[in-house]
Amino acid sequence: MLDRDAHVGVVSEPRRVEVEKGFLKFFAKATGETDPVYFDEEAARAAGHPAIPMPETYLFSLAMSAPAKRGDIFDKANGLGVDMARVLHGEQRFAYHRRIYAGDTLTLTTTTSDIYSKKGGALQFVVQDTEARNGAGELCAEMRMVTVVRNG
Amino acid sequence: MVEDETLPELVRGPVTRGMLALFAGASHDHVLLHIDSDFARSAGMDDVFAHGMLSMAWLAQALRSWVPAERIRNWNVRFTAITPLHATVHCRGHVAELFEEDGERRARLKIGAWTGQDIQTLDGEAVVTIG
Repeated sequence: MLDRDAHVGVVSEPRRVEVEKGFLKFFAKATGETDPVYFDEEAARAAGHPAIPMPETYLFSLAMSAPAKRGDIFDKANGLGVDMARVLHGEQRFAYHRRIYAGDTLTLTTTTSDIYSKKGGALQFVVQDTEARNGAGELCAEMRMVTVVRNG
Repeated sequence: MVEDETLPELVRGPVTRGMLALFAGASHDHVLLHIDSDFARSAGMDDVFAHGMLSMAWLAQALRSWVPAERIRNWNVRFTAITPLHATVHCRGHVAELFEEDGERRARLKIGAWTGQDIQTLDGEAVVTIG
């Protein structure tokens, strides 16, 4: 069982991540993307973008690529230490404020906002909110991830 | 876009092991339940199953087929069932409501994904602006 008091309110250190063009192309391939704007720089420019735009769900991947030293869901020493074999993805939310492109550098900060139980503690739900800011400190995107932990 | 309009379906898959391996690498999601059958079975699953985020990426493609990407304000889904190997994924949307918010005309879409067996795997909504 996760100890609510130990984890709720924990804020990660800010993590600087680059939106890598090569990874966006790989993501497009892996998701069967058909719009060339997401894998062809020339098509992106022709459509008026400064570079390949980051697709809608990729903020989740950026966060996974840069696990927090403090408050990470799987980290046993400084995070929640959840066993990978016991997780399910419960919910996912995204909100967008500014478009993000390949080559941008973002700062991610993740807060463990809530932990709640269902079925007498057999299931625990971990709510983590991540925000992404650009170099000017402007909020570009936000996401909420709810992870289900099977304690049974 | 009008209220009660059903939006065109987008179908992806069927989900293969190769697809899950590629998606794990491309998405930085290395949870072994999706890529290692031995690990998945030892965790009590029948086999590897698809990342919820793969279906959500496909649902994003559906959203973008309905409105330009820059008009998506926010969206969320609940993962209501796992997507097994070999499933096809049917992304669907429905215009639930037109409204004004933050000085914009917006639509609230009921969105979701279903397997070919009609089991709902994603259940959510999206807020988009309309012209």
